[in-house]
Amino acid sequence: MSTYSSMSELLGMAEERKLPLWRAVQLFDCEEQNITEEKSWEMMKNMLEVMEASDRSYDSGQRSLSGLSGGDGGLMEEYVRSGRSIAGGLLESMIAAALRMGECNACMKRVVAAPTAGACGVLPAVLLPCGKAMGSTGEVTVQALYVAAGVGEVIARRASIAGAECGCQAEIGTASAMAAAALTHMAGGTGEQIANAAALAMKGLLGLVCDPVGGLVEVPCVKRNVIGAVNALACAEMSLAGIKSRVPADQVFDAMRDIGERMSPALKETGEAGLAGTEIGKTIAGR
Amino acid sequence: MSIFDILGPVMVGPSSSHTAGAVRIGQITRRLLGGEPERAEILLAGSFALTGEGHGTPRAIVAGLMGMGPDDERIPGSFDIAREHGMDFTFGTTVLRDAHPNSALITAVRGEETVRVGASSPGGGRIRVFELDGLPVSFSGESPTLIVRSDDKPGYVSRVTGVIAAQGINMSKLRVEREARGGRAIMVIECDQRIPYKVKVAITAIEGVRKVTRLNPGEESK
Repeated sequence: MSTYSSMSELLGMAEERKLPLWRAVQLFDCEEQNITEEKSWEMMKNMLEVMEASDRSYDSGQRSLSGLSGGDGGLMEEYVRSGRSIAGGLLESMIAAALRMGECNACMKRVVAAPTAGACGVLPAVLLPCGKAMGSTGEVTVQALYVAAGVGEVIARRASIAGAECGCQAEIGTASAMAAAALTHMAGGTGEQIANAAALAMKGLLGLVCDPVGGLVEVPCVKRNVIGAVNALACAEMSLAGIKSRVPADQVFDAMRDIGERMSPALKETGEAGLAGTEIGKTIAGR
Repeated sequence: MSIFDILGPVMVGPSSSHTAGAVRIGQITRRLLGGEPERAEILLAGSFALTGEGHGTPRAIVAGLMGMGPDDERIPGSFDIAREHGMDFTFGTTVLRDAHPNSALITAVRGEETVRVGASSPGGGRIRVFELDGLPVSFSGESPTLIVRSDDKPGYVSRVTGVIAAQGINMSKLRVEREARGGRAIMVIECDQRIPYKVKVAITAIEGVRKVTRLNPGEESK
């Protein structure tokens, strides 16, 4: 197989070989890394298991070294249990899961960078609660991780997955596109619908800057994981409903790169401007 | 690039550059020393000095010096573990010219051995060693790498590379740095294949060679 640097190439490769998208991603990587399919599957399954273990390891009493993060996942869970929440269940559990994972990361727990540590909450917050709600098997969820990785790889090749290079759109935006694609697969969507979901998700987060308070992966990173997850669900639903992104995925990713290149360095992980540059942001950074 | 660079690595948070990369810097220093340090002086530079504390960078480096990997859940408690092992460590800050903003300079001591390592963490958990014992170097440890420290003697480069070639190992990169003619020299050899132990033994036996370190990816914690 030759390399792919676009969703259209990846879809073409899958179609040509009459393979589902996830399988094309897997086989290509096996060839590239010279590993067996079994080994690859084992590694991907391990990623899912680590995500589940991290989620379980959450401790609402724990705080990060800076004291800025911790406890919000617990507050969300309590709120859901109180029965006062608005959306009716699934959405709230996704919000809680994203907070839990973002806080686990801030509190130096073990996570799966997806695609980065700062954005590690998006994918599990979508896959775990939605998988449970849909009754997905572990096998389908591992397949969905391949779909997510394939989308992430295309974005990394065409644009970037580093906040320092293209802002938060490259981290939470990419994570959200990966999660939307993965969820579309789990719901039985076609390759076309998967790419479309990724396009919709990235479009909604274009322009997002990386402005962490004190330069730490905490504020606003933890809560942006929530936005990435919720956005992914909305975009998977739209794509499955037959709603099309007028701009195809590859061109959306190119736009992300273009925006990232034009973005001021003060808004790319340097902790100078945006939320980092606010009065309180500077006070926290000075501590 | 592998899909497991996108979905992964499994790591202890919060930052791939300031935490996972910092662990790897500690790990590679331990490897270059040849065992667990008894003492370590760790100097943080640039963004490591500015935001390292909140990212757990100091704990991450000590964890690496103790032989832990970036996914080791004991990283947050590494200071206590190091003290239990009797390792003495101090932290400070420094200013490095022309270095990546995320950099550290570590002096580690074990018995008679001392190693001084300058390394940076440019992102994604990857690292680059840019200084070794006062000499400029450049390697990441992502491919099998041999680091040979020796006296600068005529013909020793070909004797070292001869050992490697005899094992059927292909070299992809070779760089030699020395202090002065006849002084200390460091040879960094990156290879396409895993470097077996017997290569280390054979090179160590060459006259003038003082220390050989082999870095095989995936065997960092050994």
